[in-house]
Amino acid sequence: MQSLTNRATPVDRRPMTFAEKLYLPAIAKGMGITLKHLFKKKATVNYPEETRPFSPVFRGLHILNRDEEGRERCTACGLCAVACPAEAITMEAAERLPGEEHLYREEKYAARYEINMLRCIFCGFCEEACPKQAVYMSETFAPANYQRKGFIYGKDDMLIPHPQKQIKENNQ
Amino acid sequence: MEFTIDWYFLIEKLLLISAVLGISLVVAMYSTWGERKVAAWIQDRRGPNRAGPFGLLQPLADGGKLFFKEEIIPAQANRFLFVLGPSLAMFTACLTSAVIPWGDSLTIAGREVSLQIADINIGVLWIMAVVGMGVYGIMIGGWASNNKFSLLAACRGASQVISYELPMGLALIALFMLSGSLSLKDIVEQQRDGLWFVVLQPIGFLIFLICAFAECNRTPFDLPEAENELNGGYHLEYSSMKLGFYLFAEYINMFISSVLMATLYFGGYAFPYMDSLGLDGNMLTILGIVALFLKTFFFIFLFMWVRWTIPRFRYDQLMKLGWKVLIPLALLNMLITGAVVLFRQNGFNF
Ligand code: SF4
Ligand code: SF4
Repeated sequence: MQSLTNRATPVDRRPMTFAEKLYLPAIAKGMGITLKHLFKKKATVNYPEETRPFSPVFRGLHILNRDEEGRERCTACGLCAVACPAEAITMEAAERLPGEEHLYREEKYAARYEINMLRCIFCGFCEEACPKQAVYMSETFAPANYQRKGFIYGKDDMLIPHPQKQIKENNQ
Repeated sequence: MEFTIDWYFLIEKLLLISAVLGISLVVAMYSTWGERKVAAWIQDRRGPNRAGPFGLLQPLADGGKLFFKEEIIPAQANRFLFVLGPSLAMFTACLTSAVIPWGDSLTIAGREVSLQIADINIGVLWIMAVVGMGVYGIMIGGWASNNKFSLLAACRGASQVISYELPMGLALIALFMLSGSLSLKDIVEQQRDGLWFVVLQPIGFLIFLICAFAECNRTPFDLPEAENELNGGYHLEYSSMKLGFYLFAEYINMFISSVLMATLYFGGYAFPYMDSLGLDGNMLTILGIVALFLKTFFFIFLFMWVRWTIPRFRYDQLMKLGWKVLIPLALLNMLITGAVVLFRQNGFNF
């Protein structure tokens, strides 16, 4: 049979020599190997204190973005929900009322916007589908929770803070 | 005959017993921590590091957890034996520490205080007897829980301990031929002046080491417990502190057999050039204790090191090693030692 790689080695079926039958050299060798591991670099990351650096294309939890003036970008077009293969996104649209122009960028906005993080497969299609550059995926992943309903992330979980309000609060 | 009670003697011994018990328990406690650390390091992990600095409070947390867990005695179990099993395991584990010389004697307020609870002239015999009793803890535990798996594991454990006690005894006999005494104190004192017995008895030491692993039920000889083939082993039905006792007894056993190996083959509290340092008695004794504990910790580390290197034996391999390899080897070792001793004493005039 032709071998697939050049790494294949034939099995050694020779009868064991006396030294091999003693097992002790083999045991000593094994113990040498484990002893070396005592001093090796640990593979474990001390999780809450240290985190693994993510790659720049990592797709973590979603955030809903605002524009430069702090208005919500999402116009509740539903394209993200359509693009979502896991059907994780639910939303309800509402009409912007006069006097709310500083809150929402378009005439229509998402009154309710939820992503079920238990369904989401973090494929990033929603991010790609969004024509308004409203939904982005961040570099954090879903924290643990005791109840399933805790994994349904609403707008208050995902909407990034208002930039100007934030500046004002920080100056106070 | 006048009969007086030496109260100082009694107090001194009581203090010593408490100290030895306390130290054994603490060492056993921290062996559990050490075991997890060594395991982690060997596997490139970190091990316990949350409870206290370096996870040093982990044994306390584990102990607390064991105490608060629900205790279950199976309905069909023999309640008396079920409780007796772990107690016996713990009891026999602690009992062996009585004859070990933990150091030379201290002079306190003009009194010579020997750091050995009982210097009996059959010290090693006592240890062998008590270790032999240790198997009852396992056997009773496996029997009393009325579980076929536990019983199987207990049978395996019992046959293993019995099989390995033989070569252990034979290896020791060769040692006694050289030392001419069964008292552990004597054996240490001889190594203080002469060579360590490991130099004179390398094969005997190897046999003793292997048997000590088997007697302590440590990997690769941990047949009484087997999570994959027997759902856990002889302590399958045990929960809470009763399980804790079994596990704890294992660590005490490990500690005591490490001390024993250090004492019998590595000079115990004696260390090279100790008498040419020109130190006074008490100081030397304290250094001796430190030396003994260093040797002991090395052996405890060895136990752990081996555990995380070598896989468990198959049952038939275990029996083959015990009966077909170690016993003949120990007999041969005994024969050669005997011949050498005889030759040294009489030349060829038998
Ligand atoms: S990442 Fe994929 S699965 Fe998750 S919400 Fe967006 S489109 Fe749906
Ligand atoms: S997030 Fe983007 S794609 Fe989704 S509804 Fe809002 S605007 Fe449309």
